[in-house]
Amino acid sequence: MSDTEAAERAAMPTWRRLLGFNLLTAVILAIVGYYFGWWLGNQFSSSSRDYVADLDYNDVALILAYLFGVVGFLVGLGFANYPLARLIGRPPSLRAKEGRGVSRYFGLCTDHKVVGMQYLVGIGIFFFVGGVNAMLIRLELLNPTPTTIGPSQYLSLVGMHGTMMMGMMTSGILGPFANYFVPLMIGARRMAFPRIEALTFWLLMAAGFILMSTIFFGGFPTGWTGYQPLADQTVAGMDSYLCFFALVGLSMTLLGLNMLATIISLRAPGLTWSRLPIFVWAVFATSILMVLAAPMLIGTLLMAMLDRTIDTSFFVAGAGGSSFLYENLFWFFGHPEVYVLALPGFGIVLELIPVFTRKPLWGYRLAVAGMLGVSLMSFFVWQHHLFVSGINAALRPFYMLSTEIISIPTGFIFLCVMGTLWRARITLAVPMLFCLGWAFNFLIGGLSGVFLSDAPSDTDTHGSFFVMAHFHYTIMGGLIFTFFAAIYYWVPKMTGLSFNERLAKVHFWVMFIAFNSTFLPLFVLGMKGMPRRVSTYADNLQGLNVWVSVSAFVLGLSMLVFLVNLVYSLLIARNRSPHNPWRSKSLEWQTPTPVPVNNFEQIPVIESDPYDYGVPLAGNGVS
Amino acid sequence: MSEPNHARRLGAIWLVATLIATPLVIFVLGPVLPPGNGSEQASGHVTDNTVLMAVMTPVLLLLIVYFVYALVAFRQEPGGILEGPAIRGNARVQIAWIVVTSAIVLSLAAYGTARLLEDGAGSGGGSSPVVVPAGPKLQVQVIGQQWAFTYRYPSYGGVETPHLVLPVGQMVELHVTSLDVVHSFWAYQLGVKADANPGQDNIAFVKPTELESFSVRCSELCGLWHGYMFDHGNVVSAADFKSWIAQQRVKFAPSQKLLPPYSTTYIPEPARRAG
Repeated sequence: MSDTEAAERAAMPTWRRLLGFNLLTAVILAIVGYYFGWWLGNQFSSSSRDYVADLDYNDVALILAYLFGVVGFLVGLGFANYPLARLIGRPPSLRAKEGRGVSRYFGLCTDHKVVGMQYLVGIGIFFFVGGVNAMLIRLELLNPTPTTIGPSQYLSLVGMHGTMMMGMMTSGILGPFANYFVPLMIGARRMAFPRIEALTFWLLMAAGFILMSTIFFGGFPTGWTGYQPLADQTVAGMDSYLCFFALVGLSMTLLGLNMLATIISLRAPGLTWSRLPIFVWAVFATSILMVLAAPMLIGTLLMAMLDRTIDTSFFVAGAGGSSFLYENLFWFFGHPEVYVLALPGFGIVLELIPVFTRKPLWGYRLAVAGMLGVSLMSFFVWQHHLFVSGINAALRPFYMLSTEIISIPTGFIFLCVMGTLWRARITLAVPMLFCLGWAFNFLIGGLSGVFLSDAPSDTDTHGSFFVMAHFHYTIMGGLIFTFFAAIYYWVPKMTGLSFNERLAKVHFWVMFIAFNSTFLPLFVLGMKGMPRRVSTYADNLQGLNVWVSVSAFVLGLSMLVFLVNLVYSLLIARNRSPHNPWRSKSLEWQTPTPVPVNNFEQIPVIESDPYDYGVPLAGNGVS
Repeated sequence: MSEPNHARRLGAIWLVATLIATPLVIFVLGPVLPPGNGSEQASGHVTDNTVLMAVMTPVLLLLIVYFVYALVAFRQEPGGILEGPAIRGNARVQIAWIVVTSAIVLSLAAYGTARLLEDGAGSGGGSSPVVVPAGPKLQVQVIGQQWAFTYRYPSYGGVETPHLVLPVGQMVELHVTSLDVVHSFWAYQLGVKADANPGQDNIAFVKPTELESFSVRCSELCGLWHGYMFDHGNVVSAADFKSWIAQQRVKFAPSQKLLPPYSTTYIPEPARRAG
């Protein structure tokens, strides 16, 4: 909006300013849509009764309620304005709410920097909720028999923790950091599809609230995998899971498409593929996975919804369906999904390590090949999740081979990190510490994966705490550590304020030690025969479980250290950050802080890759 | 002061560490690795886990030694702004890395395949397993349902019991199936795991070698009381097994008449949720 427009709005009384397409309208329309869907569903479907959970529920009504609620929410935010304006022949506004002011952070805004900040805060909140769930799970596991939490609530917590983390954190790095920095890194003024960019964020927020609403409908007992026919059998809380994950899938697909289009078509002159920052390559590889895998998830969940609502039987044995079908479809999405979580972390590490070693990235082409290789290979390994299931048992050697092979391109990433450290000038700044933490955690995660990829050995470890420890090492140790590396590295650029370094170091060390102290013993517990997702276990495992729980609470505490630092540094102390505190040569640091709405006054011409370290007096690659 | 030969130093540290650690892993850690020696398959897993650990140890040490060395030797001085050397790659190192990692993972895959094809490794092999051990086999059906396993012995009149008892030294052919949702039959000490799918027969082979009690747990999330879906079984001598199964046939004769006839799979009614 223009300055005069803004001034006019400021002069209006408060009630008048609240009218319009904003978050308040969105919430009101979401509630209206929700009850309309609920009413509509009850018109042509009667409710079921679950005698175990003592609940009445109507799947049709709930799914329609969610659907219309989301539509109402998006319309209220103003997502319908552009297509409607085009339909009635009005000149549409190409950009929405890119003016100044805090209010643009609370509505539809097509400025990629605003969307990046929205993602960071939004995902941060849901990460916190998922973390609290984990704390409650560990609270229950202090005792070998249920004490604090009943088995039903326990399974709901397990399901919410897993689904929240796997769903929301898929966009954990791409949402905030790729949206914010990819255009800056490639010398573009915006993303290719700014409205779609905003849509991905608001879809994800709507999805997050839908998942949390499951507690009002009995929760869901299936964990994040939603296996059939258990999911078909259970109460209405399952519909929250289905709607949540389908919306996340939609958001992921759109996010990936937008990233691919942006990276392919909006690069600055001279930014050839071999000069692309390695983080952008990681985003590119991740986006390929998102675009190809996430639609599979949407389709699978749609089938599950139809099974639950109109009694199709895609997954019901004895009526032409099969539980194997669901497992195949789910993991065809599910395995690329875990690389959607891992690849952006690779990108962050490879992007940051040259800055803190003052060396060019070692083996740039190998790193690119590694990430593209992982992304391609990840479509050929999904049945290693089903080694003991009896599905296509004769194909187990193939999936063993493909799974082992995927560690070759993953090894490239390690080699590039190690090559960059060789004879470097390492500074142990906080982002670098988190990158080194990633290296250790992902090493343990990767090596433990060898036990799981080996079909004979997997017989013991499948479905046990060993698997749980393994994927927490790769996802929490891989993704969340690099997520924090990115926060400490880039938030000074995003806000112009610097973090308290001492608190940040305390955060890292407490988090790193507590993380390993939590998850290393879980390998032992798994090998001693403790299955996943149970609230009861053998008495002789209590000692280790108490150790793990206490470590997990300390791990939770380390997140509070971060929150304190966040509040103190960004809200109370507000120390201005130096313009380029890490002396990075990458393009995003060459823009002024705060970054102007149009990013660059003139589109830069790129003459080299951004890793021009180690050459005295070299330019920064920008002319 | 001239720069020391970092590569040689690193290599020496790694070699010493590997020479100390690998035998320790094989001879000290190996024998205590799970799941023990309850069956031929379980002993096989101990061997597999030992081999994997032994292959992994040098790799783990290489990376840890490298990272620690780099963090000690290649530091920026406090407040320094020195640049490192502008090395952008090294074709020989890259090729060597690719060759070595490929060789390791391909041989691991080959080893895993060979071990899997030896006796099925106690893992659920589907309704027509590729590997069928030779010799006479005792058929036992494992039926999962919310939230218990029951066991049928078709060669003993299809008697169905709530406990799994197996004769020692006898190859057992487990047919795992489910009456409702997906379960997973996991006899930890026997090194057996096979998913129980409705309408599917999933066959696993196991040959118990020790007289012991073993635990059975469900290892696939199957709903509310999943955590409580466990029981204990026993491996007994052949003579004890004979008398036990005879007792069971007498004990469960009245209820046996009410059960459906023996079948390798039970397709559940497409019963929907209550209501």
